[in-house]
Amino acid sequence: MTKIVAVTGNEAVANAFRQIEPDVCAAYPITPQTELMQRFASFVSNGQVKTELILVESEHSAMSACIGAAAAGGRVATATSSQGLALMWETLFIASGFRLPIVMPVVNRALSSPINIHCDHSDAMGARDSGWIQLWSENAQEAYDNTIQAFRIAEDMDIRLPVMVCYDGFIISHSIERIEYFDDEIVKKFVGEYKPLYPLLDIENPKSFGPLILTDLYHEVRKAHSEVYKNVPKVVLKVAKDFEKISGRKYGLFESYMLEDAEIGIVILNSAAGTTKDVIDDYRNKGVKVGLLKPRLFRPFPYAEIGNALKHLKALCVLDRADAFGGSFGPLYLDVAASLCNFDQKPILINRIYGLGGRDYMPEHAAGVIEELRKIAKTGKVKSLKEYIGVRE
Amino acid sequence: MATPLNLKELSKKEIRFTAGHRLCAGCAAPTVVKMILLAACDYPVIAASSTGCLEVSSCISTFTAWKIPWIHNAFENAAATLSGVQTMYKALKKQGKIDKDIKFIAICGDGGTYDIGFQSLSGAMERGHDMLYVCYDNGAYMNTGIQRSGATPTYADTTTCPAGAVIPGKPQQRKDLTRIMAVHGLPYVAQASPSHWPDLMKKVRKAIETPGPKFINIFTPCNRGWRSRTDDAIMLSRLAVETCFWPLYEVENGVTRVTVKPKEKKPIIDFLKAQGRFKHLFEPGREKMIEQIQDIIDKNWERLLKEEEMTLPKEEGNK
Repeated sequence: MTKIVAVTGNEAVANAFRQIEPDVCAAYPITPQTELMQRFASFVSNGQVKTELILVESEHSAMSACIGAAAAGGRVATATSSQGLALMWETLFIASGFRLPIVMPVVNRALSSPINIHCDHSDAMGARDSGWIQLWSENAQEAYDNTIQAFRIAEDMDIRLPVMVCYDGFIISHSIERIEYFDDEIVKKFVGEYKPLYPLLDIENPKSFGPLILTDLYHEVRKAHSEVYKNVPKVVLKVAKDFEKISGRKYGLFESYMLEDAEIGIVILNSAAGTTKDVIDDYRNKGVKVGLLKPRLFRPFPYAEIGNALKHLKALCVLDRADAFGGSFGPLYLDVAASLCNFDQKPILINRIYGLGGRDYMPEHAAGVIEELRKIAKTGKVKSLKEYIGVRE
Repeated sequence: MATPLNLKELSKKEIRFTAGHRLCAGCAAPTVVKMILLAACDYPVIAASSTGCLEVSSCISTFTAWKIPWIHNAFENAAATLSGVQTMYKALKKQGKIDKDIKFIAICGDGGTYDIGFQSLSGAMERGHDMLYVCYDNGAYMNTGIQRSGATPTYADTTTCPAGAVIPGKPQQRKDLTRIMAVHGLPYVAQASPSHWPDLMKKVRKAIETPGPKFINIFTPCNRGWRSRTDDAIMLSRLAVETCFWPLYEVENGVTRVTVKPKEKKPIIDFLKAQGRFKHLFEPGREKMIEQIQDIIDKNWERLLKEEEMTLPKEEGNK
């Protein structure tokens, strides 16, 4: 049974939290994550969930408390944005190094300076190598669905890794959309009972967490850790398959849209993919063979699968909602380029930076990119590899 | 029944911090840890440490000196980390998944407590978690090589405020952290020293029997950092108490009690001269500096006695 509602992205994710009832949530307020935790706090205050809230004095402490709580041996969640995620940065690596299945929605927001509360992806991109799995969500439904799946993925005994669920600040977090909610029982059954692994609270079998490991074994420990990520895509697909059974909605490592017969293509994350798909429909009606790839599992990045899905294109634009300063390319571009670099036949690549600090991404921006790709496919010539679009002159 | 805090009974108890740790010879930290865990011997304990000497020396590669569950997260977040462990305990206990009465104790150095971990500590205490936070205060960042901290005493020579021709060691006063924690309004705050072990253990016992957030600051000599002898830790601890450099007191629900009053308050010079970190103060022309230190100590001691007089119930004060 499902219920159709009109809610914001934050409200949908708060509802997923209510249905899942983590044992402990530690959180600190930051725009645009605030609404999510406020709503969840009211579930706690009204006795609708068994969760214990820890209302800490910073995001650093939020993640530190989550690490302590997860190591203790129970289900743990938090949520953050922007500067909050940046402040957690040190402890993100510790959470993944401890293999703690913490789930954290990241409501994407620009990083300072200048300070800006609106959407871009620089926050989550800054944490992309922290060892957290990252699932990205186009709309509120995907944010809700990914949150539910995230607990199953994180807690899978083959991986036991923390998961970020990314969705766009304000654009998704604060906009009201049509969503299908599951009945509480369906979610509870899907997520299942939490299985602790080496819990600190098992006082009969004391464990030490957080040893010092120097030159003798650190290299080996990290190698073993990197091996774990090889199992992640398999687990993500297994959970997606089970999720399809209860929802009818299909999730993969990424979404392909009109890509198979396409000659030119766009790779783009989150909400802007929706706008782009609309514009692609218009071009398809005009007979232009254009397609789209929207990564869902961004970490670990499914290089082989994405490379194979894109290699047949003539020209490809990777649209990044985050820049990598210092003369580099956008972070998504770098991964897509790496996924294609060893193929003999591959598209000409360009990188466009859009939508920083909440700048609207309009249909004409997608159209402009498609027009440019058509020219590149025809002439083989690229005017500039990396460029900002939507800049006010 | 609670185990009496006497040597005969305590000697029968398991030492939950084992030999084989790699703390320096003469370090007071393992002595302090053993005293804390012995005082808590009637309970299962889960401990947390911040990054520091105790942490890097007690759990290395596949070895651990902790016979109790223990967690090290990072440098500045032991209080937040342990607050997470304690909250999960609370959650699972409420759900009927745990029935044991477990005590939670953080044991961290002064760098991780006075400085980088201060916000985390203050936050955890304000939130009222049922846990005890112990600072083993050796007055500098000893693990990284004796750099000055907020706990370093005035004019001490450290590697980042070395006693030079112009600057004679640390120019500032140390942070009075015990007092800062007391004004958080915690149910129990105390200062202790391993030289007065029954007093130390009574305080730990009292703290763990008190529900809510508790803080104890324990004087912990470091011969490497203080340039003292490896067998001086207890002697220096005693001198710190007898000179009133480190008064032994507790603040229990707003009532301040000085638990050990020296029969005769010794001059601070006795404490300073036993340590190489104050050697430069004995050079000609620097006599005033020792007077200044004495002045700081006298004022703090007077203030503490006044605070005790103000807060102690009349009938107890008249004893």
